[in-house]
Amino acid sequence: MRRSVVLWLAVGWVGLAVLPWYAIEDGFWNFAWLDSYPVDSDVGPALLQGLGHGRWWLLPVCLALAAPLGILGRWKTDPWFAAVLLMAGGFGLAYTLAQGFAIGIRGWEFEALETAFGELGDRQFGMGYGAVLVCGAFLFFLTEGIAARGAIKGDVFVVGSIGLVIALVAAFIFFPITRILISAVQDNDENFAPALFFTKLFSGDIWGLECLTANLTCGVAWNSLFMAILVGAGTTAMGLAFALIATRTGFRAKKLLRVLTVLPIITPPFVIGLAVILLFGRSGAVSTFLEWAFAIEPSRWIYGLPGIWLAQMLAFTPIAFLVLIGVVEGISPAMEEAAITLRADTWRTFVTVSLPLMRPGLANAFLLGFIESLADFGNPMVLGGDYDVLSIEIFFAIVGAQHDQSRAAVLAIVLLAFTLSAFYAQRRWLGRKSYATITGKGDSGLHMHLPRRLKILSYGTALPWAALTAVIYCTIMFGGFVESWGRDHGFTLRHYLEAFSVTTGAHGLVWSGAAWNSFWTTLEIAAISAPLTAGIGLLTAYILVRQRFVGKDAFEFGTMLSFAIPGTVIGIGYILAFNVPPIELTGTGVILVICFMFRNMPVGVRAGIAAMSQIDQSLDEASLTLGARSFTTLRKIVLPLLRPAIIAALVFSFVRAMTAISAVIFLVSANYDMATSYILGRVENSDFGLAIAYSSVLILVMLCAIVLIQVAVGQRRLGRRGAQQFGLEGSTG
Amino acid sequence: MKLPNGYRVAFAAAAMMLTAGTAAQAAENFTLYCSPQIEWCQLVIAEFQKATGIKVAMTRKSSGETFAQINAERKNPKGDVWWGGTGDPHLQAAEEGLTAEYKSPMLDKLHPWAQKQAKQSGYKTVGIYMGALGFGYNTELLAKKGLPEPKCWKDLIKPAYKGEVQIANPNSSGTAYTTLATIVQLFGEDGGFDYMKQLHKNINQYTKSGSAPIKAAARGETTIGIVFLHDAVTQRVNGFPIIPVAPCEGTGYEIGSMSIIKGARNLENAKKWYDWALGPDAQKLMPKAKAYQVPSNAGVAPPPEAPKVEQIKLIDYDFEKYGSSAERKRLLAKWDKDVKPLPR
Repeated sequence: MRRSVVLWLAVGWVGLAVLPWYAIEDGFWNFAWLDSYPVDSDVGPALLQGLGHGRWWLLPVCLALAAPLGILGRWKTDPWFAAVLLMAGGFGLAYTLAQGFAIGIRGWEFEALETAFGELGDRQFGMGYGAVLVCGAFLFFLTEGIAARGAIKGDVFVVGSIGLVIALVAAFIFFPITRILISAVQDNDENFAPALFFTKLFSGDIWGLECLTANLTCGVAWNSLFMAILVGAGTTAMGLAFALIATRTGFRAKKLLRVLTVLPIITPPFVIGLAVILLFGRSGAVSTFLEWAFAIEPSRWIYGLPGIWLAQMLAFTPIAFLVLIGVVEGISPAMEEAAITLRADTWRTFVTVSLPLMRPGLANAFLLGFIESLADFGNPMVLGGDYDVLSIEIFFAIVGAQHDQSRAAVLAIVLLAFTLSAFYAQRRWLGRKSYATITGKGDSGLHMHLPRRLKILSYGTALPWAALTAVIYCTIMFGGFVESWGRDHGFTLRHYLEAFSVTTGAHGLVWSGAAWNSFWTTLEIAAISAPLTAGIGLLTAYILVRQRFVGKDAFEFGTMLSFAIPGTVIGIGYILAFNVPPIELTGTGVILVICFMFRNMPVGVRAGIAAMSQIDQSLDEASLTLGARSFTTLRKIVLPLLRPAIIAALVFSFVRAMTAISAVIFLVSANYDMATSYILGRVENSDFGLAIAYSSVLILVMLCAIVLIQVAVGQRRLGRRGAQQFGLEGSTG
Repeated sequence: MKLPNGYRVAFAAAAMMLTAGTAAQAAENFTLYCSPQIEWCQLVIAEFQKATGIKVAMTRKSSGETFAQINAERKNPKGDVWWGGTGDPHLQAAEEGLTAEYKSPMLDKLHPWAQKQAKQSGYKTVGIYMGALGFGYNTELLAKKGLPEPKCWKDLIKPAYKGEVQIANPNSSGTAYTTLATIVQLFGEDGGFDYMKQLHKNINQYTKSGSAPIKAAARGETTIGIVFLHDAVTQRVNGFPIIPVAPCEGTGYEIGSMSIIKGARNLENAKKWYDWALGPDAQKLMPKAKAYQVPSNAGVAPPPEAPKVEQIKLIDYDFEKYGSSAERKRLLAKWDKDVKPLPR
């Protein structure tokens, strides 16, 4: 008998017989319910609910939880052990969910059940402490049973992890997305209308090609696709240039370069777009200068493709950089040295050895840039002009004057199809080749210097870009200290005072600024969600790279899904799915944390996969052969080699939680208002001064957080690389 | 054997996640979805709490977002009152049965236009302010280009303004839809669409958001923006060279509205707010919150910065017809087919 089974059995019974089954309306950490516990029917545990309060449908749950008691004392090699656990876990989980969905706040949820069983005369609320523990126990029994049957070499940790990730992805990605995508085949009165779906899917404003023949814009699908390819390619190239400079040259101001490359990622939405308009717009500083100096008539060229591309390049190059730097640095110098010893010159070595070894990084960077561009909302909103893209169309299909949720769902399906194709194209390009160069064998070489022309190329693209970034950020910082950005440039601290003033009242400090409330909430939510996101992302990456199991491709795609879907769709999907029992989360902070976790998890997964495919499996195998279990191997061997990926995942998820906007709009509530939704409200009202002051403070906070994360996670040491030759400091920005 | 560490980690993670859990929702007395600018929301709520002692939990979202949220929450409503924001989505919510009927005792204190709109919606929504449609132009750009001052709707279709006018796309913006409906009511359906086709040639961009054209005009990105006049006033007060114009032919208007959400959990407090918000104590706060619309309470004078009502020729806007989703869909489809694909 395994101790873990006993423990989870105990957990399950505590959940069933002691803790309240239903969610407590006053909040998770509010213990006022203890007063009426356990007699009150709202706070009683499931066992009592079933026996005493007439909620008979909860009793089969007890039955499923009682079954494993029968196998206490049996060994896991005993066929009964696996069979009973499988049955108990599988049935328990399925039944608990089924009863949750069948009986809601107004009794039976489905008419068929009502006619079959008659009116229920009772109702139930969202699941609470008890239900969470019981479901956890069932999930564990199920995975333990599967492992005992011999799946994945009987490795309980791996099977359990796969089970956990699948359960979470199903609950928090598939379920809400299905809830909204189903409206694609419904008309606006929720009747099934497949014909309408095809009319909408093949309509001219999605697929039209008028731009090829006349002076009109093409369909949104082509616009989005074209933009995404341009941005994906552009950010990958630029990210590579920065990564090469940071790891393989003696460039002096590397630290500054890193800050500059990270800045755009930590900028709240809309701000970059606004700065671009103030510089390049019809009345922008650059345009005005060009008119004054060369009499070039100012035009509106920035609105449309050029503007969106520029802003998205600024915003997403850092993501490519974060993914690529770990990969570029991780390539073993041994291969390059071998090539050079065989008399290849540095250029040839780079093209035939280094570049192919960077493929996982390049492919993942492109994929992220591509997807980000498709889903981006803030930049096309400000700079789009008449260049319509999918994400904006989706947003306005939902919140615009037409309120056409079904059209939004159709557009979201088109967007998903693009993402799916990009994802498979990437898989094919990488193929089944091995990119492992971190092998544990003697590895004391140093990276070769960049070939001359590549160095010139890298400097030539990266440095002007860095300068542009610097100018844009100076413009933004400047905007917070002037009366009216772009109009009245008199110095003022008024915006900062309005947002962040602190006064002393009768009882000590009073946080009287308008922004404090949302600021602290944002910080709390971001700090909680970042480690969780990184954790689940890297765990998933580990499963995907190191384990083989049936349905792995579908599993991988499932984890990418939430990233590829525009925030608006996710936001509405979350309300549709989690506003009613059995999982009732709207109006809480939990829904924000969960939304961020599953929305940003793919970056952790991508970074983890890219980094992990460089680490030779023989390292894991050595550890396993020496008797370590898979969890120990993960912790002691794989994780320390993954530090750049961990940093990328932590930084990205923290920053995203502070800067995300489109999904968040629908999930914030009175007690949990987020910084970005506050800023958006100000921007809508043209109150740019305060919006920018707030953004500047957020940028500073995020910079500090990034430094903290770097220090806390530490650096990866690979041979002598990084330390002496170029005088480098870390491995990731 | 011991407990696999993975589960401990998973467990700790789950526990941590729940620390962000729900807190103190019972202490509140009602939930308000607020659609105007945040200063206004906060000011009105503070005054209401002072006057009644009822605590308000407020979430601010634009009117389109609020409509989408209330629609998504319809099976288990979380909000009680939806206050402010343009009237169109309020009327749509009434039509779709998302909001509840309530006849406030304050109704007969309101301007006739507000009473009429309430009646047309079956008392499911009520006007709290009125804002007339018009346009604003950037004086500096106009002078630089040597263009005449536009005064009427008909001025905007003159070839001199080619590429200088901005308006939102009526498919995404209620403001632009109100413009379309106004033009149709002013010039008749055929004449109205002829006007829209000629205007199309002068448009440099159809924005997504209704107030974006005047923001662009303020920063000199376009010369003229077609918007609600109070949005133009806001830019002027913010120090931009914008002149708001009430068109000479007459113009339509929006009624910023308020509705009680059907299934509200705190109905009594919701009604208290409703009555109070229609009274003079609430409506006289508007200038303080930089809101330059006309209050719906007949006893409250409009803010001094607001466009003078006497100088605006208001048409008899038919909210019943042009607020219905059938008519809206028909007009938008026609605009999509007849106007949008034309070359510019």
